[in-house]
Amino acid sequence: MRYGMAIDTKKCVGCSDCVVACQTENNVPHGYSRDWIAETVEGTYPDLAMEIRSERCNHCDNTPCVRTCPTGASHVTEGGIVKVTHEECIGCGACIESCPYDARYFHPDGYVDKCTFCDHRVKNGQDPACVSVCPTHCMYFGDLDDPNSEVSKKVATRKTKVLAPEAGTKPQIFYLI
Amino acid sequence: MREELITSGRMNPLIDPYLNAWHWQIPLYLFLGGLAAGLLFFAGYFIITGKESKYQTTVKYGPIVALGAIIIGLGALLLDLKHPAYFWQLYTTIRFDSPMSWGAWVLLLTSVVSAVWIGSYLKEAFPKFGCKIGFMRKLLKIVIVEKDTNSWDWKFNWLQKFEKYAQDKRKAWAWVMVVLAVILGVYTGILLSAFNARPLWNSAILGPLFLTSGLSTGAALLMIMTKNHIEKLAYSRIDLLLIVIELFFITHMFMGFLASSEVKVEAAQHFLGGDYTVTFWLNVIILGLIIPGILEALELLKFKIPVIVPGILILWGGMMFRFIMVDAGQVIRYLY
Ligand code: SF4
Ligand code: SF4
Repeated sequence: MRYGMAIDTKKCVGCSDCVVACQTENNVPHGYSRDWIAETVEGTYPDLAMEIRSERCNHCDNTPCVRTCPTGASHVTEGGIVKVTHEECIGCGACIESCPYDARYFHPDGYVDKCTFCDHRVKNGQDPACVSVCPTHCMYFGDLDDPNSEVSKKVATRKTKVLAPEAGTKPQIFYLI
Repeated sequence: MREELITSGRMNPLIDPYLNAWHWQIPLYLFLGGLAAGLLFFAGYFIITGKESKYQTTVKYGPIVALGAIIIGLGALLLDLKHPAYFWQLYTTIRFDSPMSWGAWVLLLTSVVSAVWIGSYLKEAFPKFGCKIGFMRKLLKIVIVEKDTNSWDWKFNWLQKFEKYAQDKRKAWAWVMVVLAVILGVYTGILLSAFNARPLWNSAILGPLFLTSGLSTGAALLMIMTKNHIEKLAYSRIDLLLIVIELFFITHMFMGFLASSEVKVEAAQHFLGGDYTVTFWLNVIILGLIIPGILEALELLKFKIPVIVPGILILWGGMMFRFIMVDAGQVIRYLY
């Protein structure tokens, strides 16, 4: 079992529905976000290419955030989901410093918080909130170990990229390009 | 030129627009840790080499300052925690992968060892029980009895025995202390270099560089503290040597960055023309290394230089170095 996501940059329109859905679903404090939209414009005028994508914790295979945590609060759970146990977190910030994607933040209550792949929903067979609300259906969530899952098929048949592969964390969110 | 422009909709406090999760507490903690490492290293070293008679300030008073620095440093670390009520969680596990974890343990061990060290020298360092401050007096009286106006002793038999044991085994303690001091000094650098995600920190040279810098701040403080001319002169020479090594390491660090991947070249550019250039070169290189280096070289050539000047400059440079590295390291990142 290896949970992961494929996100179609050709379909994403940057509406931020995933951002709002996550904030509502997970009670994300006002002014914070566990997922966000990034827009890139690349090239030389007039030859420009634009890409819009929804970003979040990549639930990496090689997790510097878990390694540098002094208490074990940051950990990898079932299916490779990276989580933080609030009661064990001392708020030292080591995991924040170690994430090349800056996908973590200090919750106003002190502990570190981040995307959980909505594991409370996944347990019940549902998709993460962001995936389930996307109006263009540009996100696919599922088991990357299962070659027949929708996400595996997308990753197998489309051209993909991951963010900052040079950081060496082996992200498990694949962008379809 | 082909360019990529990224805009992100994320605006998490302390993370965006640039990472600012670590403030003054962490660099102060690193500076004090390095300073303590330096002080303890020299205390242990001069016992091992049997030169303690010449280095009285180093072996008797250095560790007291070091313990104070460690305690203040741990206090700074505690202030940095956003969930400080859970501080004890640090001491429920040892995680070898996490520099934060073994830093916490090394600091604990070092403070215990230096406390024993201080205790074993306390009668020599403070032969008279002259404490005038009321509550301190009461506190000390728990473990100490005043024999007469000129001497005191431990109140409990086991403390006297332990003191004797520590004094007899001084060389062994000295070895433990030197090893711990080196680990502590290197640790202050590794805490940063372990973060692959921050290009500026991710350099293997940071461990030895921070150790050298810690030793030089320790030497500088001892040079200011001691009243003994021979000890002063020795530290002025040691500092000169350490300054040269530090300059070599810093050059090496930048050469390493410039020969590395794009993000690291960019990281180096911040110091070679970018927005950290003036702060870094002025405070760390010129005020913190070159000027004290010149002053100490002049001192060796028999010019009269008040040691307080190079001493303070070295301490200033060492502290600024950590503040700048922690700040700049967070600004320079992979994405956006
Ligand atoms: S994206 Fe960051 S927080 Fe998420 S698993 Fe990777 S390193 Fe950890
Ligand atoms: S902030 Fe919390 S989760 Fe992050 S490294 Fe520190 S203790 Fe671990």
